[in-house]
Amino acid sequence: MYRIVKREEYSPVTFMWEIEAPDVAQAVEPGHFVIVKHTDEGERIPLTVADFDRKRGTVTLVIQAVGKSTRMFQKLKQGESIDSFVGPLGIASHLEKKEGKIVCVGGGLGVAPVFPQLRKLKELGNHTISIVGFRTKELIFWKEKFEKYSDVLHIATDDGSYGTKGFVTTVLKDVLEKNADVSEVIAIGPLVMMKACVDMTKPRGIKTMVSLNPIMVDGTGMCGCCRVTIGGKMKFACVHGPDFNGLEVDFDELLKRHSRFLPFEQESLKRWESSCQCECGGKEVAR
Amino acid sequence: MSDEPKKTLKTIAPKKTPIPEQDPKVRCHNFKEVALGYSEEQALAEAARCLECKNPKCVEGCPVLIDIPGFIREISAKNYRRSFEILKKDNALPAVCGRVCPQEVQCEATCIVGKKLEPVGIGRLERFVADYGIERGWEDLPEIKPNSRKVAIVGSGPSGLAVAGDLARAGCAVTIFEALHVPGGVLKYGIPEFRLPKRIINIEIGGLQKLGVKVECDKIIGRLYTIPSLMKDRGFDAVFIGTGAGFPKFAGIPGENLNGLFSANEYLTRTNLMAGWDFPNMDTPVGMGRKVAVIGSGNTAMDACRVSLRMGADKVYCVYRRTIKESPARIEELHHAMEEGVEFHWLTAPVAIHGDDKGWVKSMECEKMELGEPDESGRRKPVPIKGSNFLFEVDTIVYALGTAANPVIAQTTPGLATNKWGYITVDENQMTSIPGVFAGGDIVTGAATVILAMGAGRQAAKGMLKYLGLA
Repeated sequence: MYRIVKREEYSPVTFMWEIEAPDVAQAVEPGHFVIVKHTDEGERIPLTVADFDRKRGTVTLVIQAVGKSTRMFQKLKQGESIDSFVGPLGIASHLEKKEGKIVCVGGGLGVAPVFPQLRKLKELGNHTISIVGFRTKELIFWKEKFEKYSDVLHIATDDGSYGTKGFVTTVLKDVLEKNADVSEVIAIGPLVMMKACVDMTKPRGIKTMVSLNPIMVDGTGMCGCCRVTIGGKMKFACVHGPDFNGLEVDFDELLKRHSRFLPFEQESLKRWESSCQCECGGKEVAR
Repeated sequence: MSDEPKKTLKTIAPKKTPIPEQDPKVRCHNFKEVALGYSEEQALAEAARCLECKNPKCVEGCPVLIDIPGFIREISAKNYRRSFEILKKDNALPAVCGRVCPQEVQCEATCIVGKKLEPVGIGRLERFVADYGIERGWEDLPEIKPNSRKVAIVGSGPSGLAVAGDLARAGCAVTIFEALHVPGGVLKYGIPEFRLPKRIINIEIGGLQKLGVKVECDKIIGRLYTIPSLMKDRGFDAVFIGTGAGFPKFAGIPGENLNGLFSANEYLTRTNLMAGWDFPNMDTPVGMGRKVAVIGSGNTAMDACRVSLRMGADKVYCVYRRTIKESPARIEELHHAMEEGVEFHWLTAPVAIHGDDKGWVKSMECEKMELGEPDESGRRKPVPIKGSNFLFEVDTIVYALGTAANPVIAQTTPGLATNKWGYITVDENQMTSIPGVFAGGDIVTGAATVILAMGAGRQAAKGMLKYLGLA
């Protein structure tokens, strides 16, 4: 059992957990992910680590409640525990001191996981430019954290209620035009966002790393569900990634693979919504 | 005993006592066990076929060297408790092995009765005794003299469990680290419920825990703790690596990333480990269609075929590039699959998977093969017949092409020697290139069987006891 020592709400669908897992907190590095499973019926859900505190022995996750499992997670209160928490998984991001500037782009659910990379890059002495995007002003979180480790922080909102109006790519375009000395871009977020970033950096020949979060089961290399095509070769995101050279990722294939379980996800969610929404998973009503 | 007339090949029944099974037409729609196990009467009848040879050959056919005539003798004497203890002494998982061991190429292949008649049904008898004990809640708790040695086992599959049993009995403090949320490894994720019920596995692992073995799930070694850190910082005197070979292979033909194409590992993990057959009561879906092609003809392929039928598939094709003769599956498994309605296509190999515009499998293009000259494995090599291409209309494809070495441990253990395929190299004591670090099972040999992994585990346990100065 792993206790949720702190829980915060960032929006009606976004929440933060600090999980007590001292050994994981010791071993985790930026770029790693964990797998969370709750209740006997539960799925194994992979989540990229958003932060960690080795002293306090905690690992931070920022979760979007989109399906049944994450909606169920959302209902758990501070002080309650989850059944299963395994990590760190994947290969840690390769981060080093670079000559030029490094741009960290986080959009939507990618805002939180790009943070540990940003912090490490800053600690290594890099010049960092951060671009984070939200739908609207009320949904902005971790502004102070990003400010602390960014030489320049840009915030974009879809509706223009804060910062630049538009997507992170609107800002990225501008940043790339104004800074000829960008040596690397790190982009984490929805697939379409990462793809749009790569479309922008590719013609300029700028190294662009992305963090992929395809559908997984075990997360340890056993099932091959998370296979992705990188530079024409098959790779498993769980053990060869999750970070990959974005210029080589076959995003179109990945987008199709993402839709693999859509009808099942919808069925599961609908069933849960019409149930008691407790940890019984809707069995009581359905049976 | 001496009053009884001596049993000979002429006085015993020529055939094995049949084991009751669920009707194929019924069982192909449920996940309940196929083979139902001997009744006491049937077990006694089968035990009576054992000649209790003075120089038995069956024991040497057993990778974990069970005292086979010994446990069968105790069945005949109706001394089932003693029989159970004899089994448990050499085999931590008799109820598992009695179900999934390929006895026909091991103990039953060397059984002296088998030279003239059908061999003694050793596997069925093993299962009978193990189940008899399980039903009565028997525990085999020998007196253990604890020593001060701490041993870590990486992976809770068959090899790790075998090591754990032997070392716990020798008095070591044993901790098993398992990356998944439940222990059992391939027994849980790979072998379907209808061949090996989860309940049986849990009881057998529970038996090990009663011997003092600690099982820590959700602990991925190589990432959370490294092997050197287990020894340096956590005080383990020796480590056993039994991580298995579970890294699925793909064929490298076009279309393999289409939706609807699974590795057998994924397919079986979804159905077995995550119990996706019970979706939406269980949260993990399987996501299969109605027309399934399974590629390969090993035991895993048979499992995938038979799971597909139980998942409600209208059509299940088993496609293999060689013939039934070269098929690596157990005869019993092939037979069961045929009985249940799997359609076999021998000398057939996929060359491309075709999809629709949304990225789903639509059909599988195959070509017919013929057998040519023997290859390095001694089997005749399948050669494609030009112009023989044809299509299978399928929406689901399961690749059961075998597995490769999982790279995680090797990536994170400096100085651990592996061969060119990534399998860990060991000496005659199963010790790796790092002193005190042992390995066994599929991560050393490549994909094999449960019992061979257990045999390697027992060998490693011996080596570890020697290394620890306890033997």
